[in-house]
Amino acid sequence: MKYLGIDPKKVRIGVFDFTGCEGCELQLANKEDSLLDFLSLLEVVNFREVSSDQRQDYDIALVEGNISRKDEVERIAEIRAKAKVLVAMGSCACFGGVNFQKNRFPLSDVVKEVYGKHTVETDKVKRIGDVVKVDLEIPGCPVSKSEVERIVVNIVTGAEIKIPKYPVCVECKQKLNTCVVDLGQICLGPVSRAGCDAVCPTGKTGCLGCRGPAEDANYDSLKQVLMDKGHTESEIVERLRFYGGFNGIVD
Amino acid sequence: MKKTNMKINVHHLTRVEGHGNIHVTVRNGKLIDAEWQVVETPRFFEAILRGKPHDLAPTLTSRICGICSIGHTLASLRAVERAMQVKVPKTAQLLRLLAKHGETLQSHILHLFFLAAPDLLNVESVIPLTKSHPEVVGIAVRLKGLGNNMCDLIAGRTTHPVSLVVGGLSKSPDKKLLEALKNTIQERLCDLEATVEFFKKLAIPDFVRETEFVSLKGKTNYPWIGGDLVSTDGVVKTEDDYLAMTNEYNVDFSTSKFTKLSRKSFAAGALARFNNNHKYLCQQAKKTANTLGLLPVNHNPYMNNIAQLVESLHVMVESIEIIDKLLDSNLQNICSRYEIKAGEGVGAIEVPRGILYHHYKIGKKGTIAKANCIIPTTQNNGNIHYDLPELVTQQIKLGKSDKEITKLCEMLVRAYDPCISCSVH
Repeated sequence: MKYLGIDPKKVRIGVFDFTGCEGCELQLANKEDSLLDFLSLLEVVNFREVSSDQRQDYDIALVEGNISRKDEVERIAEIRAKAKVLVAMGSCACFGGVNFQKNRFPLSDVVKEVYGKHTVETDKVKRIGDVVKVDLEIPGCPVSKSEVERIVVNIVTGAEIKIPKYPVCVECKQKLNTCVVDLGQICLGPVSRAGCDAVCPTGKTGCLGCRGPAEDANYDSLKQVLMDKGHTESEIVERLRFYGGFNGIVD
Repeated sequence: MKKTNMKINVHHLTRVEGHGNIHVTVRNGKLIDAEWQVVETPRFFEAILRGKPHDLAPTLTSRICGICSIGHTLASLRAVERAMQVKVPKTAQLLRLLAKHGETLQSHILHLFFLAAPDLLNVESVIPLTKSHPEVVGIAVRLKGLGNNMCDLIAGRTTHPVSLVVGGLSKSPDKKLLEALKNTIQERLCDLEATVEFFKKLAIPDFVRETEFVSLKGKTNYPWIGGDLVSTDGVVKTEDDYLAMTNEYNVDFSTSKFTKLSRKSFAAGALARFNNNHKYLCQQAKKTANTLGLLPVNHNPYMNNIAQLVESLHVMVESIEIIDKLLDSNLQNICSRYEIKAGEGVGAIEVPRGILYHHYKIGKKGTIAKANCIIPTTQNNGNIHYDLPELVTQQIKLGKSDKEITKLCEMLVRAYDPCISCSVH
């Protein structure tokens, strides 16, 4: 049985990071209860953050971060050429993440603000899919560790891969949470893709849409509800811009 | 001296967070150059923060780091709260410290077992240890899991916390869960004792280059959140005067800045905290430091690993005390209301790798006008850079091979537990 061109044997996996915080790849080491079982399914052949083994014969490449410098364009192209399946892991890799906010400013301005007169090489922030073909996207800031494990296991075993299309509100209601909009907050849960187990509203803070838009999201209605509660349009837009998942819906 | 030619080129050092290179050239037994080059791509968080609502700053800046995101959130909150004179309830302060202890534990254990131990056991990663030393990996996984559970319970999530907000916390943990957490910490203390026994048997490299150590200054406790700054060379400054304690500058070979104080470089982190504040450690931690040969002021950078181990024990013991206090408190009053106003504030927090500063100027509508963040690894860059030539020179004199010296250089950088992406925020 083959799935996405891979035999469901012990799959060789590589984990790679570009411009970002490396928080997503760290989630792979964070699932303590199932970590050893998960590792037994795989052969980790390249994972710079945790191993000095750096083999190039990986089947699956899990890629985290953005592309924001020329050497990163070259490095991701090499990884693409070697990987049978390339998975964009996390909001930065999938649709820009918080780093995408840099593109709202001229490059010369951000360099001057941080480095003064000193020059550093940097480019507009790109998604992985802007530079190479991406086979699968796992959004989230950070990714949900159980979702990554489930998806990798599904790739290995050839099972179907499903990422929820319904909004965060569905998961939030299942947890019997008090709606944070009723508590006076702005929450993007009604228009954002679920799969995070509604972790932010469960912690009593509004969703900022780190997993991007849900299917058939009704932005106008959400905006109206929030504005009726006294929030301004600019406050709502600021949040829709936060992770770059709603690019095209907000400028 | 033996005439040696040597070129060490470590491109994208493994088992560290982020991208850094080590370059060393030795010709005819003479060191020509030795550089610690951070090549990580910058993200420009300080530029992005401009114009952001103050209450989104902690959420945004937690994304500076995938390992110490709770530390960044707390530094950001402290900067905002000091700028607007927000009073945080005592209970919320205790809860925040407990979340921070969880982060310190998970980060130190990650470093000790996953990043540092493979060198001491001559393997490439922790993965072969799952077969050769399953009991050791079991300890690592349990202790790291405990740290993460502490963070999850208090902050809602370990990586990129959700319930740490301006004024306090948005949600308080269930007392039953706190009680259960306390029991788990107590049960896991034996795992930490086993870790001490395990590290006691490993040979920590012997290398000394005298340097300055900078950390928060304890008054009655081992310090983690806010207060004066201190160095082993006798410098004391207020939190607000952090720029004079860091003196950041740019170098051509690194996208991460460098810092200095009384000498050409200084160190921050567990060893710096220990060297400045050892007298405030709990009795068990003091005893453990003694057992492991860690005495203040220790100038061996490789002993930072041991200082992390001592601190892991300290935070576990202190977490039990914090939970006892919380169980006796009313957990309803955990967030203050505040008035949005213009101001300027600095937040200094001891995060796993050293002292972290966030500094914001906030406009009267509550938006960030100007931001500055100085990261522990940035403060350690200079010390790593100046350790390298000294280490290589000493090892050449001892007649060590290229391979041995390369490994020691890699281990040196790892000992600082650099968080490179964080330093190029």
